Amino acid sequence: MVGLEHYLILSAVLFSIGLYGALAKRNAIIILMSIELMLNAVNIAMVAFSRYIVPLMLTGQIFAIFVMVVAAAEVAVGLAIIIAIYRHRETIDATKIDLMKW
Amino acid sequence: MSVSVAFWVLASIAVLAALSVVLVRDVFRAALSLILCFLMVAGLYITLSADFLAAVQILIYVGAISVLIILAIMLTREVQRGSPSNRFRLPAFFVAVLFFAGIGYAMLNTPWQISSTPPLEPTTPAIAGLLFGPGGFILPVEIAPLLLLAAIIGAIVLVREK
Repeated sequence: MVGLEHYLILSAVLFSIGLYGALAKRNAIIILMSIELMLNAVNIAMVAFSRYIVPLMLTGQIFAIFVMVVAAAEVAVGLAIIIAIYRHRETIDATKIDLMKW
Repeated sequence: MSVSVAFWVLASIAVLAALSVVLVRDVFRAALSLILCFLMVAGLYITLSADFLAAVQILIYVGAISVLIILAIMLTREVQRGSPSNRFRLPAFFVAVLFFAGIGYAMLNTPWQISSTPPLEPTTPAIAGLLFGPGGFILPVEIAPLLLLAAIIGAIVLVREK
């Protein structure tokens, strides 16, 4: 029987994979994809809480909808920034984009 | 019973797809595995009886966000270079493992108060009532289009030719 803990552990696994990708990758698009993975993991956890703890209130699902809205906005702006950087510097290697590093 | 079979199949495919997003060298294949992972998450929403959310997941993530990501991969020529790791690979791995250990410990040792009520079956009317009805989330619903408008205008301004 699958319970709340299964979904929570799955969400933790996906979040940790996304965290590793966001910290360890050079390609800015891969970093953005890892952030999307992390947002999806959080959504799974919120929908699981909503299903198992307050099945009639659906608050977790509403939160997940707002997370999706913010994720869509974030991807649009993030990819636009990446393309703008690529136009200027011919690279999207996150270790070489260090203009604001002291 | 069938729900748990579905959960295990969907969860294992989702974890494998997520692993291949961060481990595969080809950027385009990583994007395709990310789409597979999004699809499996939509299936997981169905096993959690969140039907509206599963449809929204497929529409927004599989439909829109993945198209944007693939477009960005094609517009930048980093594809030839693959997706190498930076020099923080081992520290990042340890940070991820530590984070997983800590959060997994907290999740397994918290006494969750599981409700035995069966979930709502068609969730769409209830979500509509919560989003637009009295005492609901109407203010965030009004703010969300503002955010989306700002994101669209920002994206256009950022990529416009001078």
